[in-house]
Amino acid sequence: MKLNYRIVIFAATIVFGIFFSIPSLLQTEKGAKITLGLDLQGGLHMLLGVKTEEAVKSRLKSIASGIKHYTDKNDILIDGLSPKAESVMFSILDVDDTKLIDVMLKEIEGIKVDVSAEDYKISLTPESVISTKKQSVDQAIETIRNRLDQFGLAEPTVARQGEEKILVELPGIKTQEEEQRARDLISRAAKLEMMALDEDRKMRVYQMTESEAASYGDVILPDAAQEGVKHLIKEIPILDGGMLTDASVGFDQSNRPQINFSLNAEGAQIFGDFTGRNVGNHLAIVLDGEVYSAPVINERIGGGSGQISGNYTLQEAQDLAIALRSGALLAPIYMMEKRSVGPSLGADSIRASLIALLGGFLLVVIFMVVYYRSAGVIANIALIANLFIILAVMALFGATLTLPGMAGIVLTVGMAVDANVIISERIRELLYQGVSIHKAIEQGYENAVRAILDANVTTLIAAVVLYAYGTGAIKGFAITISIGILASMITAILGTHGIYTMLESRISKSHDKAFWFGIKADR
Amino acid sequence: MEFFKSTKTYDFMGKSKAAMVFSIVLVLASYVLLFTKGLNYGVDFAGGTIVQVKYDKAAPIDLIREKLKVNEIFHGATITEFGSPEEVIVRLKSSSDSVTKDVGDMAHAALDGTGEFEIRRVDIVGPKVGSELREKGIMSLLLATFGILIYVAFRFEWRFAVASVVALIHDISIAIGAIVLVGLDVNLDVLAALLTILGYSLNDTIIVFDRIREGVTTSKTTDLAESINGSVTRTLSRTTLTSLTTFFVVFTLFMFGGEIIHGFAFTLLVGIVVGTYSSIFVASPVLMWFGFDIKGYRGKLAEKAKRAAEKDRMRAQYEQGTI
Repeated sequence: MKLNYRIVIFAATIVFGIFFSIPSLLQTEKGAKITLGLDLQGGLHMLLGVKTEEAVKSRLKSIASGIKHYTDKNDILIDGLSPKAESVMFSILDVDDTKLIDVMLKEIEGIKVDVSAEDYKISLTPESVISTKKQSVDQAIETIRNRLDQFGLAEPTVARQGEEKILVELPGIKTQEEEQRARDLISRAAKLEMMALDEDRKMRVYQMTESEAASYGDVILPDAAQEGVKHLIKEIPILDGGMLTDASVGFDQSNRPQINFSLNAEGAQIFGDFTGRNVGNHLAIVLDGEVYSAPVINERIGGGSGQISGNYTLQEAQDLAIALRSGALLAPIYMMEKRSVGPSLGADSIRASLIALLGGFLLVVIFMVVYYRSAGVIANIALIANLFIILAVMALFGATLTLPGMAGIVLTVGMAVDANVIISERIRELLYQGVSIHKAIEQGYENAVRAILDANVTTLIAAVVLYAYGTGAIKGFAITISIGILASMITAILGTHGIYTMLESRISKSHDKAFWFGIKADR
Repeated sequence: MEFFKSTKTYDFMGKSKAAMVFSIVLVLASYVLLFTKGLNYGVDFAGGTIVQVKYDKAAPIDLIREKLKVNEIFHGATITEFGSPEEVIVRLKSSSDSVTKDVGDMAHAALDGTGEFEIRRVDIVGPKVGSELREKGIMSLLLATFGILIYVAFRFEWRFAVASVVALIHDISIAIGAIVLVGLDVNLDVLAALLTILGYSLNDTIIVFDRIREGVTTSKTTDLAESINGSVTRTLSRTTLTSLTTFFVVFTLFMFGGEIIHGFAFTLLVGIVVGTYSSIFVASPVLMWFGFDIKGYRGKLAEKAKRAAEKDRMRAQYEQGTI
């Protein structure tokens, strides 16, 4: 027996493989472990789309709010201020105010102003539209991530996919209720607006159509608490949730949960100004298009804080506070793809694939020993080492093991011995030609390796394409099969060669080719 | 233990005509199936919804059907047993884009009163994602084939590349034919299996081609058929053995891997059998029919060697300072 560089490398890889797969196999506290995919541990996978054109609309609406606040404050009379799908229009009544208006409009970035006499048309520049859209996706990702972090689930994933898609993965969702709660939380717009009632026409709200309301610059919004109750509200909000700094759960006099919120300095200023000018009128607190309350303004409200009361359960109030705190979604999101797997199905899949893995493994191992005898044992050592390396590499890189990934490992068991089959066949062939053991081994490897490399490269090409184009769980298959193939180059080629070299003198002495290579000795 | 005698050379090329007829019939049959019956796209590619439900006893399929009739959204729903009598899959053509209340939730509500059940899986794929995945799927098959073609052409010769791609198309076509025949739901996993077949079937072909290349350069014969027969015979053990071990594991996967992995395992099983057959009976004859010629190849190799030698000589001279 003699040591050689191949056996040393092989031994080192085995140690590496075992060492780094222990945390995953024994589920130890410390050490990098393989993450199970959602299809194995259960969980929720969603691909969400963002309606970015809505973000553009809401940007225009907020520009309109700004104009309204500015003109009210400076006593500029304007008419017909209304945000449309692509622009905001208004006209000034006194041409002398042009200067003041221009000063204000200069402050707003990314807009294009068309003026003809007293009529103004404000639209977003193309660059500004693009950046608003992009920002709405960024902001949605950030907001959803914030909300999920506070929701208390382990390791949620929120990532951008493509231009306008968001991938959300929530492992460890156990029940339908939990999933529903998470989805409600994610998709909630949480758009808080302070709006003014149209005091002059509010009595007629039940006789009014949407379009008639629009002609007065109003919208009709439903009441959140009472079914059928409607409110006539001025379309341009006084301020929106962007100026919210905090939201928390509190309790009202009758000990029901409510949301306490506070505004930043600018918001408090606008809020104070408005309430000061509108004592005796109503203020509507609107959340996601529903009116939560519309109290009469008794006095100027400074300090910038308020409450939202509704018939909440404590959990609903908490979720709403989370949603408000983490900010509104600038643009609504919608579901493009959803895959949800219950934990029991995941457990079944793990069990089934482990049975398949074990069954396939035993069949192959037994077959190799029966067919090749000692050469088969050597190949099996390489095979086992290969499995450890797959686990170790996956654990080290934090790769995700999915059900197709398990299938990839099973397939690797079948394919990893291929290299040894090719090598053993070559060695047998050379032995039949009557060359020495030493020569048969060396030449056998030399001849076989070229073919093995070529064959493996083609499988790798297919695996890489699969990784690049595959989605979700399928990527897991590409990963395990690629690692398996690469590892087999070390284990099945280098490793077994090392073992042969080490045993060579012993094989040469024994002359028992049946024992070593599974062929009749007399030929 | 040995399966094949090493002393005998089998006459594969002699049977290549019969094999070709057999292959052409299979491939044609596959395309007839594909264009008449058509692929049964699953939710991944067609879009739609599947809901997997497990009951505590045998699933009341008729009652489920009755309950689902109520809502128009479930129109055209199919309910099939999935792996065991307790488990069913409800397939819907529709999908929904609401995050808070989706088709899965509605199906859940509609199934109320059908007994004790647990929703184990809900897949909803919107139409946009479905068509995107379909495009990507076709792209990936083409790209993989192209990549392999280039690699083989680079490592061997263009005729080898063309022959191996013919074998690939043969394998994939028949695998698709089998998928249509049994009415398998074509989802992402089936696509993954097809891509694996691409890589795997080529694996076999390359081992054979490698031997042919070696035989051409080492043996003295100029008869290509004889050379191919020798090479295929000598790789026969390996081809069958590896196919056998791979077949073993995929078969256990098929039997015990669970219902979800069924389509994947089935496709692979077909691919392994067809791939093994094609590497012996399809790839090599095609190589010959494309006019691969031993003398020409040897000449090219000799020229290559000569050029390399010339280069070495020049370099030697350069280093010695004679130029």
